[in-house]
Amino acid sequence: MTITAPELEIAVLVLGMAMLLAEAFATKIDKRVLAFVAIAGLALVLVASFFVAPRASPSQATGFWSFYTADRLSMFFKQFSLLTTIFVLILMIDYAPVVRSSFPGGTLQAGLGEFFALPIFTCVGLMYLVSAIDFVFIFVSLELVAISFYVLVSFTRRNPMTLEAGTKYLVLSALSTGFLVYGIAWIFGATGQTNLQQIADALANPTTDRNAALLGMVLVLVALGFKIAAVPFQIWVPDVYQGAPTPVTAYLSVGSKAAGFVVLLRVLQPFLALPQTQRLIVVIALLTLIYGNLAALPQANLKRLLAYSSIAHAGYLLIGVACFDASAISFYLAAYLLMTLLSFAVLIIVAQQTGEQIADFDGLAKRSPFLAFAMLIGMISLAGVPFTAGFLGKFFIFYAAIAQHQTVLVVVGVITVGCGFYYYLKVVRAMYWQSANKTDKIPVTALSRLAISALIIATIWLGVYPQPILDALKR
Amino acid sequence: MVLFIIFCPIIAAILIMAGAPARKTALVASVLAFAAALFLLAFFDQSQRDFQHVTSFTISPDWHLSFTTGIDGLSLVMILLATIVTLAAVWFTGTIEKYENAFYACLLFISGGAIGAFASIDLFFFYAFHELALIPTFLLIGIWGSGNRVAAAWKITIYLAIGSFILLLGLILLYQSFPLAARSFDIRALTAAAGLGQISADAQRHVYLLLLIGFGILISLFPFHTWAPEAYASAPAPAAMLHSGVLKKFGLYGLLRLAIPLLPEGTHHWANLLVVLLLGNIIYIGLVTIAQKRLDWMLGYSSVMHMGYIFLGIASATVLSTTGAVVLIFAHGLSIALLFALAGELRKKTGTLVFDELGGLGKVMPFASLAFGFGVFAAIGLPGLANFAGEIMIFFGAFKNGWEMAHFHIFQIATVLALWGVVISTVYMLRAYRKTFMGTMNERWKEVGDLRPALRVPVVLVVGGLLCYGFFPQSLVQMVTSTFQTYLSANSSHLADEQSCSHGAVRRLRFMGPADGNAPQGRSYKVANKR
Repeated sequence: MTITAPELEIAVLVLGMAMLLAEAFATKIDKRVLAFVAIAGLALVLVASFFVAPRASPSQATGFWSFYTADRLSMFFKQFSLLTTIFVLILMIDYAPVVRSSFPGGTLQAGLGEFFALPIFTCVGLMYLVSAIDFVFIFVSLELVAISFYVLVSFTRRNPMTLEAGTKYLVLSALSTGFLVYGIAWIFGATGQTNLQQIADALANPTTDRNAALLGMVLVLVALGFKIAAVPFQIWVPDVYQGAPTPVTAYLSVGSKAAGFVVLLRVLQPFLALPQTQRLIVVIALLTLIYGNLAALPQANLKRLLAYSSIAHAGYLLIGVACFDASAISFYLAAYLLMTLLSFAVLIIVAQQTGEQIADFDGLAKRSPFLAFAMLIGMISLAGVPFTAGFLGKFFIFYAAIAQHQTVLVVVGVITVGCGFYYYLKVVRAMYWQSANKTDKIPVTALSRLAISALIIATIWLGVYPQPILDALKR
Repeated sequence: MVLFIIFCPIIAAILIMAGAPARKTALVASVLAFAAALFLLAFFDQSQRDFQHVTSFTISPDWHLSFTTGIDGLSLVMILLATIVTLAAVWFTGTIEKYENAFYACLLFISGGAIGAFASIDLFFFYAFHELALIPTFLLIGIWGSGNRVAAAWKITIYLAIGSFILLLGLILLYQSFPLAARSFDIRALTAAAGLGQISADAQRHVYLLLLIGFGILISLFPFHTWAPEAYASAPAPAAMLHSGVLKKFGLYGLLRLAIPLLPEGTHHWANLLVVLLLGNIIYIGLVTIAQKRLDWMLGYSSVMHMGYIFLGIASATVLSTTGAVVLIFAHGLSIALLFALAGELRKKTGTLVFDELGGLGKVMPFASLAFGFGVFAAIGLPGLANFAGEIMIFFGAFKNGWEMAHFHIFQIATVLALWGVVISTVYMLRAYRKTFMGTMNERWKEVGDLRPALRVPVVLVVGGLLCYGFFPQSLVQMVTSTFQTYLSANSSHLADEQSCSHGAVRRLRFMGPADGNAPQGRSYKVANKR
């Protein structure tokens, strides 16, 4: 029996439903069992996904395949989404005590069931999103992702910070959805199509009103800029990242951003023939690079620092978009997945002992050499030190930019890398230079130890031997 | 064997982090690496011009990227320097109060990174290995440094990070300036392709400028030098030894390995700029060095200043001067490591390095004073010590270079000015020696003891190296000169077509041919003469 790509999403969807049912009827069980079941299920789907042969939709496809594609890029990002969700669930298990404590008066298990089930639905949304090649389908799957995130972001709602984050995310996300629909309407009005391939054909036709289509594209760009945290649509990021439960922050910054970039690549494809598109992207990339890196410099809260760093990395990724190099972007995102989740995994464990400030990491090297080393690898990979995945990501991005003679982007990129070294090494400095206020050891559960070790090894492995990812992306 | 030398320190560092006894493991690893380097030296085949002991693992066939290591004469000299200084630095590290394991691991990571860079034939790993030292340096200065360690650590790390990313851009541009079929990260393949003239003159100029700035920041070329004195003054002595003795030489090695063979037109085009900057290193930094009031700062500035001579050798791009540059790299690496080691001991024993507080220490530390004297005279360039051989070859080679710029022989002017650098360095070095070891002794230092016998071993090793190659520089010259003959003879035929440069000035090229009267005598030269 051969497996086809849509069956992967259906399997994940069924898993999510089953979890909700189990949560509703089996009230006596330890809810963390549900998380383990979900991790096992997703891992099974992940394994199955390697047996799906990627195939692009034929250009004249009808029915289902006219809005769904299973090309290499989408298969890569389906696996990416599954992997992200698995790691986020592991982080959530570590985070469970915090969720529990935010439901005062509730039972021991209050709220945990939905907390573990919702990411499954987000995962389905992400998997659909990376396969979407029709504006209607893009809209539907984007909403599936957004709505499950509304709940997740404000999950620990007794915390005023979280509530603020939830409200901000809800309002601004809804606004960006409005822009998206409005943009789609303009494009549809100009070209009469919602399928991306047919829009490209229509734009090649000289009788099409290009200005109207371009206006639509810009509006769509606003909505996607919100998803990927590009300047000037980044205002929500620091507050929401700081206020949301930490595993959800990690999920937002990895999953949501990756899917946003895939959609951006697909949506921009038809408009590439228009020279204004590239210029616009270059300007956005420059703004994002400068804002993200400069604003990160003075941050004292690690979660907020990671929020600004996520804006900064969106800037590097946008360099890739400006050069339209899908494989450079995909590699960068894969590296970004590893190093961001690594940093968040350590942050969740340490934050429960001391706090989220960088100063709370003082002397971590004494208290837990393992966690400090993990954070060190995460930080130097984010900064871009060779032999880590983050460096190769930047290498491919800069390679594409130099090949396209994007001098301004390259110059600004190098200067902002210098900024990055400063704020990432601030964390390293706290862990290794400063002396600790407390000296007791920090306990790490076996599962997190395993997950963190896997992330460390993968970060270094990809930094030395990137060929597996390059092979997976080869067209 | 080459792989063993690279991974010996790195694996030892990982073992130490995992909890192996720090000092023992580090010493064993550095002795093993040094022994292996001597083994390579003994079995080095000088008649072979290509790389030897080559091992290769494919990383990415799409990018022609592979982990390829091997040695030729040039990289063997660098590896020898790295292993000697590593051994001395590890030996000189006493007991460390906090995080002893981390200290040794950081040292070994720096050493392994430098050796890896020198032994890599692949451009990507050549770059990546060097960066292995970045974080350990940050930690070494930050955790165990003295003085204004926080500022120094930030400064060196940000400077070097930006410098190496500029270098990365240069390397990417270099890779892309080859035609699609010739693109490879293998330096041998690139050199062969460049010999066929496959990089356009325009591309060479762009790449050379990027490499010059990128490497220049790493080497502390004026005006990108401000990180160096502060960092070396604040760093613990072993870190300063390794960084100024070995790691900083990476940039010079890179220019010799890449710019000389691949970018002759770029070398030619930017020679004027480089000459002005290197005179800044020699004259301006030289004068700044004289003004220093602390021994550690003075040594830091002097190491910046001496880079100027080596740059002169590289800029003039003759066989004699580039060979001299390599000899001076080796000699300077040993002498500055020796001086930093002894300065570190002084700081440990007296608690200060301010000249006005020191003085007369020769009475209580005769051995250290003798060894410091060797370092001082080597740095000045006294005959009999290896630095002299390097400097004299650079000066002769550069003076012979007849490039003209608006009827001025720029290299002759530069050589005459650079010679004043010798006077300047005599002034500050002898002054430092007098203020530290001569004169009336402060009563406070009566109880200060001499170097422990155990610490005399690395000192003897380094001084021995300086003396050995001071009397027999030919053994170094023979190893590297054939490499540069190959590089420069391929270039001169290619460059002869382009006589006029963009300034409108006419430059006459007279590359030092093998038959030149000042060429060093040696076996490889005789081979070349027969040709």
